[in-house]
Amino acid sequence: MPYSPELDIRITDTSLRDGSHAKGHQFTEADVRAVVGALDAAGMPVIEVTHGDGLGGSSFNYGFSRTDERLLIKAAVETAQQAKIAALMLPGLGTKDDIKGAADLGLSIIRIATHCTEADISIQHFGVARELGLETVGFLMMGHSQPPEVLAAQARIMADAGCQCVYVVDSAGAMILEDVTLRVQALVAELGDDAQVGFHAHENLGLSVANSVLAVRAGAVQIDGSTRAFGAGAGNTPLEVFAAVAERQGIATGLNVLQLVDVAEDIVRPIMDGECVKDRLAIIMGYAGVYSSYLKHAYRAAERYGVSGAEILLECGRQGLVGGQEDQIIQIAAALAKRSAA
Amino acid sequence: MNRIPAAIVGPGNIGTDLMYKLLRSDLIEPRYMVGVDPDSAGLKLAREAGLEASSEGVDWLLDRPELPGIVFEATSAYVHVRNAPRYKKAGIYAVDLTPAARGPYVVPPVNLFEHVGAGEMNVNMVTCGGQATIPIVYAVSRVHPVEYAEIVATVSSASAGPGTRNNIDEFTRTTAKAVEVLGGATRGKAIIILNPADPPLMMRDTIFCSLPADADHDKVAQSILDMVAEVQTYVPGYHLRGEPQFDTLDDGTARVATFIEVQGAGDFLPPYAGNLDIMTAAATKVGNEIARRLLAIPDSKEA
Repeated sequence: MPYSPELDIRITDTSLRDGSHAKGHQFTEADVRAVVGALDAAGMPVIEVTHGDGLGGSSFNYGFSRTDERLLIKAAVETAQQAKIAALMLPGLGTKDDIKGAADLGLSIIRIATHCTEADISIQHFGVARELGLETVGFLMMGHSQPPEVLAAQARIMADAGCQCVYVVDSAGAMILEDVTLRVQALVAELGDDAQVGFHAHENLGLSVANSVLAVRAGAVQIDGSTRAFGAGAGNTPLEVFAAVAERQGIATGLNVLQLVDVAEDIVRPIMDGECVKDRLAIIMGYAGVYSSYLKHAYRAAERYGVSGAEILLECGRQGLVGGQEDQIIQIAAALAKRSAA
Repeated sequence: MNRIPAAIVGPGNIGTDLMYKLLRSDLIEPRYMVGVDPDSAGLKLAREAGLEASSEGVDWLLDRPELPGIVFEATSAYVHVRNAPRYKKAGIYAVDLTPAARGPYVVPPVNLFEHVGAGEMNVNMVTCGGQATIPIVYAVSRVHPVEYAEIVATVSSASAGPGTRNNIDEFTRTTAKAVEVLGGATRGKAIIILNPADPPLMMRDTIFCSLPADADHDKVAQSILDMVAEVQTYVPGYHLRGEPQFDTLDDGTARVATFIEVQGAGDFLPPYAGNLDIMTAAATKVGNEIARRLLAIPDSKEA
């Protein structure tokens, strides 16, 4: 099922949402206006703007936002000429009231995320979003941790609740090639014409572009990424690279490659604190299957407690932590410090 | 000694676990279990335990020749909203384990005696996360003003029933409000996370409280330790995972983070379901206190 008569797939840029993790949630309205303006001009169809952990994410647990995300969303909506503005929300953290508040700001798309075995906590939120006239996307996070048939069954719950596109989300950047193909195929087979399928990658094991191409071949029609890979962990699929690869593969994305490489270099890079790279902790996240936004928290806890960041992340993996359990990183680091002092 | 007859309305996991706790009470005699589904496993277990059980709902209960003195509502918020006026009219005390919150919130170590014994006919048990975390917020706020408190409750997927799943906003909203009203924080926030790890993990709660820059860390830590000991008197599996952690963030905000694990007593639900255990344990404590009043014996505060 192609995305539209003109496009084979639709791209969503998440640098102003997933990049919020890498930026310690310090975006300003000026940052948002600059990035949205430039991406919009380069043909980006959807731009996501929220705290890294979604609506209501500003907190001790995930980090406080420098600027209220409602102001950031408003700035994005005002700046975009053709791009639709999207926001993320996680039931259990954000609420239906947050969705209504964002809709009032002119939001077009709400992306509702749950751990990939817990889709039923999102049913009410999809219902409210559709009533508000929002386009809906569902995120099955940490998708590497479950087999394709489990993901497909969870995708069915979201689609029945009103979700128009269910994403396989590789939050840990742990999926390797066929892992993506099999999961996307399973969702496409389950959902048929009831909902589209999307794919969201992280670059932790260096496979985000290849994995995204395989997702498209398997039937995904919405693909996420971030310009300059600006995202959690080693970042997301670098969209300027993916746009080039897609064009050479004959996949119509509507993106202007030459403009996008300039946006990456001239607009997005100066806003980043540093490049998103495959350093040792980012690689371990992919290797151990750990939620990518734990990266900065693991660095901070390692420094605060004088313990190994790699040890912290490996323990997160052993304990089977899911997205949102950043609080446990402090506890794990404190326990490691106590053990090494004993 | 005389015991006050009680009814449990809602023979699900919570109601059944509560029944086993009440069966050990010296003050309460669980006599009636009420449901709406004749095939309910909880009704069968109640009969086996010697209770009168019926699937004919609250109409049946209010038709009994001897009414209960206390009813424990373990159904859902909308059902309790319908039932609450009927209990009141019949002169029955209600302990509400749903998020309906028709009556004031009660978290035993914080405000047990404020409403119980003050003539309040309906009290609400907040949420499982509230029962686990509000005592800690209160323990900090009784030492220093807490401008902002945030709690993160992680429960095993296996222990999160349809009530929680269908109404997850109600959990965050109710818990956050009670963190303010009972915990004493000026602003409260609540986060709940479901974790599907197998074997299921114990309920874990993290409580972040802001502190003034010159806070007395020893005094705060001692207050938290005292509070944990107090909760343990009615929830034996409630314990700290390591010492409270004091930090000053980059923006100058000082805070204390407290890490709790709640192991259930395993009465009916498995030990990992500490989130459900702490609700039924707290409700039992409240019920016992109501029963003391009804039996005109001194409450546990004076004893």
